[in-house]
Parts: sequence; structure tokens; C-alpha cells
Amino acid sequence: MNTLTYIIFGIAAVVVIWLIVAYNSFVRLSTRAKEAWADIEVQLKRRYDLIPNLVSTVKGYASHESVTFEKVTEARTKAMSAQGPAEHGEAENMLSGALKSIFALSEAYPDLKANQNFLELQRELSDTENKIQAARRFYNGNVRDLNIKIESFPANLIAGTFGFSKQEFFDIPDNDAAQQPVEVKF
Amino acid sequence: MAVYQSYDTNVRKTWVLMTLFFLVVIAIGFTFAQVWQDSSILYIAIIFALFMNFFSYWYSDKIVLSISGAVAADKQEFWDFYTMTENLAITAGIPMPKLYVISDAAPNAFATGRNKEHAAVAVTRGLLEMLTKTELEGVIAHELSHIRNKDILLSTVVVVLVGFISIMADIFLRGMMFGGGRDSDNKNGGLLVIVGVVLAILSPIAVTLIQLAISRKREFLADASGALLTRYPDGLASALKKISSYSGQMKSAHQATAHLYISNPFRGKNMAKLFMTHPPVEERIAALMGLKEETGV
Repeated sequence: MNTLTYIIFGIAAVVVIWLIVAYNSFVRLSTRAKEAWADIEVQLKRRYDLIPNLVSTVKGYASHESVTFEKVTEARTKAMSAQGPAEHGEAENMLSGALKSIFALSEAYPDLKANQNFLELQRELSDTENKIQAARRFYNGNVRDLNIKIESFPANLIAGTFGFSKQEFFDIPDNDAAQQPVEVKF
Repeated sequence: MAVYQSYDTNVRKTWVLMTLFFLVVIAIGFTFAQVWQDSSILYIAIIFALFMNFFSYWYSDKIVLSISGAVAADKQEFWDFYTMTENLAITAGIPMPKLYVISDAAPNAFATGRNKEHAAVAVTRGLLEMLTKTELEGVIAHELSHIRNKDILLSTVVVVLVGFISIMADIFLRGMMFGGGRDSDNKNGGLLVIVGVVLAILSPIAVTLIQLAISRKREFLADASGALLTRYPDGLASALKKISSYSGQMKSAHQATAHLYISNPFRGKNMAKLFMTHPPVEERIAALMGLKEETGV
């Protein structure tokens, strides 16, 4: 009888320790994923901040291209109010497309193309886009680790109970505006 | 898994190195104290050894950067280098290291610092001029991997502690050879000989320590994790090819800092073969190409 009690206690202790370890690793992984998402938001915000400057610079040279400006402003507003990775992916994609059409304007306006401020903004924006890509890869790597942990046995048995769920990857859809050639109107 | 093991090994080796240095300096102090019959020398040696250990932890990176003639890189002037590093640091999930540029035509690079929050990457002007964007990205990713794998503290502390011992040995040995005849009559002359012999024995040990610390495996490991970061092993492979085929000598490198660089700065010299701090470039390129086939990246 005594031996049996010890065995039961032993098993219970092992299970409790395993629960603690599993819980902690869930916490660590999901915190990492959240931090990585915050990194993306920093870069996205930088991009939103640069756009009004770009628009006002370009307006000085190509004031009648109002359709393009509206498109950019609209895409920016939409991107700023997007929630979650999937919606953000969609909105950022639209924004990239709209920005491309603004940069395409410089082909038609040589003065604009030579403007120092414009070149600087172009450089900053393309750098920010690279940084969004970098942050996206880091985020997706972390989400992948979390999702693998949540899905693999036996951790998958308790993930739901503890309230941890898989997170979305931040994907930028391929077949959208960002991939298509920019229309240049003269 | 392999990377986590290397974290632990690096931390342990740093402790071993600091303890050894402590013991060596105290042993020297003890010898002096015996010869002069003055125990205060031993206390001074103990304080000095403690001081050097703390000093090497906090200031090694600054010493390394300054003996290499590295100057802080300006973001506007070195735009590609700077933004590329920012992006790779984001992908690797480490804080942005400080960036330095060395005015040297030979292409080379190294990383230093005590942890990832206090890290620095230095590259030569020759490297920036010679490499394409993807090649430079490969090199930076290699250096960031050294930071992430915690290689930098050990290899930087080695410079100051081991470098100090070998400089001491140099001074005493030269003193024996050129000035030995002068004071051979008095007691100090005999002491100099003793210390000189002790240090002459220590010097090869110091060299072995460098080799011990700078396991050649870590270069392979940094190559591999760097390639994972850029997802483009060819970049680093072709950068290594270019760096190793450069025929000139690197002027700003020092014997004590040679192991820090991505590629041995003293190629061709006899000393280089003796130290062998780096695996042959051909092997590293072959490993990178193997990685490419294995992972399909």
C-alpha cells in the first residue's frame, strides 16, 4: 500500500513538473512572437510617418496628379487602421503598390527626380521596406516555433487549456498590386 | 542544438581563461616576492590580476577597436553597410551593434564586444569597396552570428589577457638578450633571467590558449548560421573567395587580434601556419556549398 502511494505521488510530481515546464515554454514563445510583432509595428509606423512628407514633396512638382496622391493617402489610412497580421499584409501590399505609382511619377518629372529631398525620402522608404521584410522574417520564425510547439504532442493536449493558440504568419500576398508592373500614365 | 552547446562552452572557456590569467600573474608575483623577500609584491600582483580581469571584461572591445584603428561608421556616409547591418540585426533578433570602419585596403572584418547589447562590428574600407551587396551581406551575417553565438567576449578577452602575457615575455626576453650582460653582477640581473625564463615558458602556453579559445569549429558555425540568416550561402562563399585571393598584407592587424578576423590577416607568413586560427578557406566554401545542397536555400 505504501509503495503504491509513493508511485502515485511520484507520477503526480512528474506530471506537475512537466506542466510547469510546458507552460513556461508557451509563455516564452508567445512573448517572443509578440515582441517580434511589435518590431514590425515600429517599422510600419516609420513608413506611415514618411509618406506625408513624400506626398507633399511630390505635390510641389506634380500638383495635378491628385488621383495618385489620393490613392496613397487612402492606402495609408487603411493600413494604419488594419488589425492583425492578415489584414496588415493585405493593406501593406496596397500601400506598396500606391507608393510605386508615386515613384513612377518621377520618371515623368525630371525636376522631381533631381530633387534632393525626394531622393532622400525614396531612399528612406526603400530602406524601411527592407526593414519590414527583415522584421517579418524574424516574426514568422518566432511564430513558426510557437505553432510547432502548440501542435506537437503532448504539448498540444494542454495548450488550449492554458489559453495559448497558434498565431498568424505575416504574409504579404504574392499576386497583388506589389507584384504587378506599375502603370505609368502620361 | 549545436549553437546552444557553443554558448555554454564559450562562457566556460572565458572563466577558465580569466582564472588561468589570475593564477599566472599571482605566480609571477609570488616569485618576485620570494626573490626580494617582500610580501607586498604579492598583494600588488593579486590586485593587479583582479584589475586586469575586470578591465579586460569591460574594456577589451575598446582596446581591440583602437589598436585596429577603427573609426565609428557614419550612417549617411556608409549607407549600405549601415542599413544592411540594421536589417540583418532585425532578422537575427539582436540589437543593432555599433559599426566601425578601418582604413585598410585589405578586405577583412571582425566582431567584438562583451555581449549582444555591447557589440561592435568593424570592417575595412577595402572590404566595402571590393564586395558586392550580397557578398557584404554574407560577411555581416557571419559577424552577427559571432555576436549571437557569444563568441565575441571570449575572443576579445583573449586579446588583452594573452596579449599582455606575450608582450611581457617579449620585453623580458629582449631584456635578457640585449641588456643581460650589463647587470649580470647584481641580484636584479639574476631575477630578470628567472622571470624571462618563466615568461618564455608561458608564451607558448599563451599561444596554445589562443588556439584553445578559438576553436576552428566556431568559424564553420558562424558561416553556417550566417548563411541561414541571409538564406544565400553563395554570398558569403564568394566573399571568402575574394577576401582570400587578395594578395596584399593587412597593416592594421596585430598578432594578438588575428583570430578575430573573418579571414586570417597574416596569410602567407610563417606565423600564420603556426597559429592556424582559421580553417582553410577552401574547406569553408565547400561547407557552405554543402549547406546549400542540404537545405535547398
